[in-house]
Amino acid sequence: MKLQFNLNGRSTETEYEHQETLAEVLRERLNLTGTKLSCEVQVCGACTVLVDGLPVSACTMLAYEARGRNVVSIEGLAKPDGTLHPIQQAFIDEFAFQCGFCTPGMILAAKALLDENPQPTRDEIIHYMDGNICRCTGYVSIVRAIQKVAGTLEESKK
Amino acid sequence: MSAEKKTEFHVVNHSVPRRDGRVKVTGKAMYVSDMKLTGMAYTKVLRSPYAHAKIVSIDASRAASQPGVYCVITGNDLEGLNPYYGHAVKDHPLLAIEKVRYAGEPVAAVVAVDERAAFCALEHIDVKYEELKPVLTPEEAMAKDAPLLHERKFEAGALRGFEGEVTAGRGTNICQEHHLKWGDVEEAFKNAAAVVEGEYYFPMTYAYAMEAYVAIADVQEAAVTVYSSAQHPFMVRHDLKSVFNLPVSQVRLIVPFVGGGYGSKSYTKIEPLAAACSWKAKRPVKLQLTIEEAMLTTRSDDAYTWMRTAVDANGKIIARQAKIYMNTGAYAENSPLVVEKSTNRCVGPYAIPNVQIDNYSYYTNTVPASSYRGFGCAQVTLPGESQIDELAAKIGKDAYEFRLANAAKPGEEFMPKMRPFDGTLKEDLDIAAKAIGWKEPIAKGHGRSIACSTSDAGAYPLTSTAVRVHADGSVTIMTGSTELGQGSHTVIPQIAAEELGVPFENVHVVSSDTAITPYDRSTGASRTTTLMGSAVLEASREAIQQMVVMAADVLKVKVEQIQVIRGGVRCGEAQLNWSEVISKYYALPDGEVIGRAYIRKSGKFSQIPVFWETVSTGVEVAIDEETGKINVEKLVTVGDVGLAINPALVEGQDIGAATMGMGIGLFEELVYQGPQLMNGSILDYRLPRFADLPKKVDLHLVQNRDGVGPYGAKGGGEGSLNSMAANIANAVERAVGVRIRSAPLTPEKVWRALKDKKAGGKK
Repeated sequence: MKLQFNLNGRSTETEYEHQETLAEVLRERLNLTGTKLSCEVQVCGACTVLVDGLPVSACTMLAYEARGRNVVSIEGLAKPDGTLHPIQQAFIDEFAFQCGFCTPGMILAAKALLDENPQPTRDEIIHYMDGNICRCTGYVSIVRAIQKVAGTLEESKK
Repeated sequence: MSAEKKTEFHVVNHSVPRRDGRVKVTGKAMYVSDMKLTGMAYTKVLRSPYAHAKIVSIDASRAASQPGVYCVITGNDLEGLNPYYGHAVKDHPLLAIEKVRYAGEPVAAVVAVDERAAFCALEHIDVKYEELKPVLTPEEAMAKDAPLLHERKFEAGALRGFEGEVTAGRGTNICQEHHLKWGDVEEAFKNAAAVVEGEYYFPMTYAYAMEAYVAIADVQEAAVTVYSSAQHPFMVRHDLKSVFNLPVSQVRLIVPFVGGGYGSKSYTKIEPLAAACSWKAKRPVKLQLTIEEAMLTTRSDDAYTWMRTAVDANGKIIARQAKIYMNTGAYAENSPLVVEKSTNRCVGPYAIPNVQIDNYSYYTNTVPASSYRGFGCAQVTLPGESQIDELAAKIGKDAYEFRLANAAKPGEEFMPKMRPFDGTLKEDLDIAAKAIGWKEPIAKGHGRSIACSTSDAGAYPLTSTAVRVHADGSVTIMTGSTELGQGSHTVIPQIAAEELGVPFENVHVVSSDTAITPYDRSTGASRTTTLMGSAVLEASREAIQQMVVMAADVLKVKVEQIQVIRGGVRCGEAQLNWSEVISKYYALPDGEVIGRAYIRKSGKFSQIPVFWETVSTGVEVAIDEETGKINVEKLVTVGDVGLAINPALVEGQDIGAATMGMGIGLFEELVYQGPQLMNGSILDYRLPRFADLPKKVDLHLVQNRDGVGPYGAKGGGEGSLNSMAANIANAVERAVGVRIRSAPLTPEKVWRALKDKKAGGKK
């Protein structure tokens, strides 16, 4: 079967089988391995991509569901000239990752949050991001990175 | 983040951005999960449904003829290999042979064109089992009529620096025992002014490295190459060398980025099975476990501890005694070392004149236990630091003052025959107490606690490295230290840049390829900064010495006339940077200088431990008495790290470890019901999430340059986990007056304790 969708701003067509998930199509068919698989039961958020701007677990979304829609994976976030998205830069600046396995999903979830609510409070960040697990950082630096992009870091700093 | 002090250093002691930053935020960082080799097949594993059973027969013929299947491998197909591996004791068959010892043990593997074909063929393997009685706890394992898990003695593995004798397989279910004794505990307890005594349980936990275990093996005639998510590639190489009976030079382990380790990827896991699949299928094979399978691969040792501690009339701790029973599961893995370490770590950072610790780990028919961040320290710090609080309360002393009065002093040999204490515990506790607001008024239903631990860390000092300075002045460091997220790819170049006087941006790392990078024993026990860091420092200095000789040759002067300046040399008016030295020496803009270093157990590393990993932590909790739910409101860590090569990275380690410790204190626990693991998925195993983040987090580093590592550094990364469960238990006691002696302190446990208290029951 053929799947046609808009991936990272470009019209994309690929072969797939009906049982394949969006994560499988991205990772195996299109070799975009930035989307990570961990729990595979929609709990950890590592596989988060944006579908029509909303965060979705690619591990359990059938690729079929993505037909004709706009999908953004981590590979589509930086500008073509290599300039990082402000959230990516803030994650580097604030040491908001260690092993990096949760990071693509974490950054895309943060993007969805900030697109919807450009200046979230700390509580709003925590509430929105609760579907993404990080085992390394204890979350402190991730909250800080998101606050930094939102421009609300200074006021919350001790 | 705490403010950075002014520093005399150019590159170290600065929070330079992570070297792996850009690749990790753009999704380009390569993990083994992301890799494919040409012609690669995939394998899936059939696992035992029984905890303890004889394998009567396996018929794999139907599975082998399924579409897309290359072959099926079982325990009957391993002739020609040495199928038992293990760095401590070689008790672990790469596939079950003749019997299974836990529910979830690999029994057979299907190799096929893709994962789906392999998975679909699994149900066509017919295995006939004859069930045996399982033993599930140390208590059951030590019973007189307990069935034996292992019927024979084992060869010892590659584990050196392990002081104990292997006791596994000697007619009992004891996997390992370890004993520590000095003074006369019986006499001391007789003369004590006050004694506390209790039984404690520390649960079995799962590390949840988000990247599940994965390996790609390519076995060709007389050569094995494996890409793996292993923390210790050189230790895995040793096991594979033995499985395939090959020289070391023919076994190659390559480890790219690793998606979390926390000790759970220490030592050999699935590599022998992946390699055996490739050996039989005669092609490269990828074995990618799911998280559910990872949960059936390694867990931490749970521990049942009886402990008593005594003080004299002056409030001095005079004795501690403990008996510990650890549940190591079906195979030894690293548990013999965990037993030894938890025995030592039972004493805590206190000088106690009379000590007796008896520690036994038992084989049971459960998932094998092994290393987990902190190596047995958290298991014994729950009882240890709980008793410090209980004892202080009993003699009417403030728990903080009581700790201060008994804390090991800098330079004190508080553990006989070991390295004298190399930290400043009083200063640490002082900072922790101030940060948590120890003396400030507190709301009703809230409780505070501060606690501390020290670990004999650094594992065994055996590390080597090569620092290559190129003709353009840039540098490549060959290091066996694996980047697990802790930041070794950043810290190691910082040290070389500091020593060589070159910009950090020009120093890069090639890591963890046993065919290329010099031997490094392991990436664990918080050892990389101290040991690999020292090796990189020495190798950089050795490269400088060579370049001084080269500069003398170039300038046609005596070596003694060359003066080393930052980033190069000077001789009179002449000044050359490293690039000029090398290119003039070779008379081409090419070539290199290789600085080397070998660290072994000698000189400043002759004493064990390499360093004491000392951390104090503090919490403030709020208890909802209606539900028993604990909220951690404030969290403080104080890492006694000597010198932070990269303060932001060290703080990241401290908060990460403390959060894992908090998870165990509050809700993390693998639960067995009979022989089956009941919560073997991330749906059911509760992990710390954003919503669990304490409202206030305060991270402190104490930097007195008192370690043996580079510039006085010591390791960090495990310490702040160890005292968290005890801290939470102590804070709950102070908040609502109930003493809970087992982790996790779930709402149900707290609620029941409160109910018992109200009913007048004593606990």
